[in-house]
Amino acid sequence: MLQELCYPFDSDVILQKRRRFLRILKEQEANAVPLRIAVLGGSTTSDILSTLELFLRNRGIAPTFWESEYAQYWNDAMFPNTSLEAFQPELIFIHTSSRNVQNFPKIGDSAEDVEQKLEQTYAHFSQMWDRLSQVYQCPIIQNNMEMPLTRLMGNREVGSIHGSIDFLTRLNCCFYDYARTHRNFYLHDINYLSACYGLDKWAEPSYWHLYKYALCVPAIPEFSYNLSNIICSLMGKNKKVLALDLDNTLWGGVIGDDGQAGIEIGQETSVGQAYAALQTYVKAHKELGVLLTVCSKNDHENAISGLEHPEGILKPDDFVCIKANWEMKSQNIADMAQELSLLPESFVFVDDNPAERAIVQAQLPDTAVIPFDSVEDCILRLDRAGYFEVTNLSADDAKRNAMYMENAKRQAAQAKFTDYKDFLKSLSMQAEIRDFDAVSLPRITQLTNKSNQFNLTTKRYTQAEMEVVAASPAHIRLYGRLEDTFGDNGIVSVVIGRKDGSALHVELWLMSCRVLKRDMEYAMLDALVEECRKQGISEIIGYYYPTKKNAMVAQLYAAFGFTKTAEDGEGNTVWNLQIHDYTNRNSVINVTH
Amino acid sequence: MNREQKMAKLTEIFQDVFDDDTITLTDATCAQDIEDWDSLEHINLIGAVERAFKMRFTVREVSGMKNVGEMLDILEERAK
Repeated sequence: MLQELCYPFDSDVILQKRRRFLRILKEQEANAVPLRIAVLGGSTTSDILSTLELFLRNRGIAPTFWESEYAQYWNDAMFPNTSLEAFQPELIFIHTSSRNVQNFPKIGDSAEDVEQKLEQTYAHFSQMWDRLSQVYQCPIIQNNMEMPLTRLMGNREVGSIHGSIDFLTRLNCCFYDYARTHRNFYLHDINYLSACYGLDKWAEPSYWHLYKYALCVPAIPEFSYNLSNIICSLMGKNKKVLALDLDNTLWGGVIGDDGQAGIEIGQETSVGQAYAALQTYVKAHKELGVLLTVCSKNDHENAISGLEHPEGILKPDDFVCIKANWEMKSQNIADMAQELSLLPESFVFVDDNPAERAIVQAQLPDTAVIPFDSVEDCILRLDRAGYFEVTNLSADDAKRNAMYMENAKRQAAQAKFTDYKDFLKSLSMQAEIRDFDAVSLPRITQLTNKSNQFNLTTKRYTQAEMEVVAASPAHIRLYGRLEDTFGDNGIVSVVIGRKDGSALHVELWLMSCRVLKRDMEYAMLDALVEECRKQGISEIIGYYYPTKKNAMVAQLYAAFGFTKTAEDGEGNTVWNLQIHDYTNRNSVINVTH
Repeated sequence: MNREQKMAKLTEIFQDVFDDDTITLTDATCAQDIEDWDSLEHINLIGAVERAFKMRFTVREVSGMKNVGEMLDILEERAK
C-alpha cells in the first residue's frame, strides 16, 4: 500500500510521479488479483487508465486494459470485434460524456421532435449496453452525463424542452431506469463528481481542444479514484468494519473527565449537533452491512455511559464489539479482527487524535485510517474515501450487525458447556443446502468474491459468470444457509464442482468465517457426496491454492478424509476422495435439501 | 528566477515525470530526444510545468512549442 494513493490524496503528486508509483506497486504487489478491463472511450482515456491502474494496484487488483481507438466506443460495442472478443473482458467501462451527445434539441424543435431526440440518444446507449452484456457477459460501468459548462439560455436551460441541461437531466434519468432494471450494470456518477470538483474547472475547454479530454487533466485522479471504488466493491475489496474512537470523535469532550452530563452531543449546541450528525451518518452504515465497533482509551463503564447519553444517536447495542481499555489501539483492532474472524485490512479506523492514527497506520498498514481535523470534516472524509461503496445490496447486508451480535451470544452460551459437541447440539442448528436459485445468486456471488480465509481456491466470479455456472448441466452447485437458536446466519457456504466423467473437480469451496467450528463444512461435504452419488460420480478431486490469507484451510481436505495426490513448489495441492465407502460426518446440524 | 534556474527546475520536473534521474536538458531538447516523450506524456509534462510555475499555457502556445528552449521562452515571457 502506498499512502500517497490513499484518500485524501494529492492529485498533482500522483500525476507527476505516477511512473515511479507504478514501478513501486509492481515491485510490492505479488499477490494482486488480475482483472481484464475493456475501456470503450468517447474521448481520450490514457491518463484515466494510468491513474486507475495505480488506485487498483494499491487495493490489490492488477488490471490489464483493452482500449478503444480514439472515440470508437460505439463501433467497438455494436459490431463483432475479434480483438475485443479475444481479450475476454471481465469488466467493461464506457467512458462517455455530454461531449458525445450529438443530437441536442434546437430552439425551433417541437415537443415531439425533442421527445424523439431523447429516445434516439438513449437508444444509442441502451442498445450498446444490451449487446455488450449479451456478448461479453461481464459487468458494465457507464458514466452518466455531466452538465455542460455554458448555458445559452441561462437559467432557462432547465425547465424548457429546448434546454440542453434539461435534456441531459432527462437522459440521465433514462440511464438510472436502466440501472434499476438491469443487473451487472453500474453507473459512474460523473455528474456528481464534476459538481463536487467544480464544473468551471472540470470542464475547462483547453483540455478538450488540445487533447480531447472530456475533463481537465488535474481532475483525472479524482475521477479514477471514484471509478476504482466501484471496481474494488465489485471485486470484494470493500472494507467491512468501522472502528471508532469515542472522546472528541463521536462526542465532544472526555467522558472520563466531564461525565455523561458534560460531553457535547445532541441538539443543544452547534458542536453537539455536529457530533449528532456524525453519529447519524455512522449509524446509517449498519443498513449497508458495515459492522460498527468502538476502539477507545477509556474505562469500559465510562464508554458505556457516554454511549447511553440520552441525546446520543449511537447506543451500546449498535456496536458488535466495544473495546474501551488502555491497550494499544492497534492491538485492539487486531483483537477485534480475530474475534470477528476478519482481517485488519477490513477495518477503517476513525480517531480525532493524529498520534493514534499514526500508530495504527504504522502497526497495521492495511487498515484504512481516515484523517480529519474537526468533527464537521469527518463525514465528508469518510464519505469520499468510498471504502463502503455499494454495488450490490443483499438482504443479508442489513442483518449483518444482528448476526454478529448473535455470535457474541453464542460465545457466551458456549462457555456454559464443557463438551463442545453438547454446545453445538444445544444450538439446534438447521441448515438448508441446495442448488443455486435466482433469489440466492446475488448473495452467493457477493460471498464468493469477498471470502478470503476459508476459501480453498479463491476463485472469483462476476455475477454474469455465476449465472452461467448456475445454468450449467456440467456443474454441481451447492449453497448452504445456517440458522440456529440465536438467529439466521444467512447463506454462509458455497461449493462448485465441475463434472468430468465419473470425477468431480471442486473449483470453489468456501465458507463464511462467522460459522467456523460449527461442523457446517461437514454438512456441506455430506450433501456434496450425496449429490455426486445421484449423478453417478465416484471420485471428488479437491484443490488447495495457498494465498496470504487462506492458511486455515490448507489441511481441510485432509480433515475431510481426502488423500493428497500432488503438491507443487508453491504449495498448491491436489486431493482425492473415493466416495463409495463415505459415511456422513455431520451429526449436529439438521439438514433440509 | 533566471533562465538557468528555470532550466534546473524544468530538469527536475522532466526527471519526475519520466521517472529517470539521468535526464539532462538543453534548449534544443525535444520529444525525439527522450524515449518516453510521446503525445500522451506531453500532456503530463505540460501539466507538471504549469503547476510548478503556477501558470497556464494557452492552447496556441501548447500547439506551437517545438523544444525545451521555446518552453523556457514562454516561461520567461510570463515572468515579466
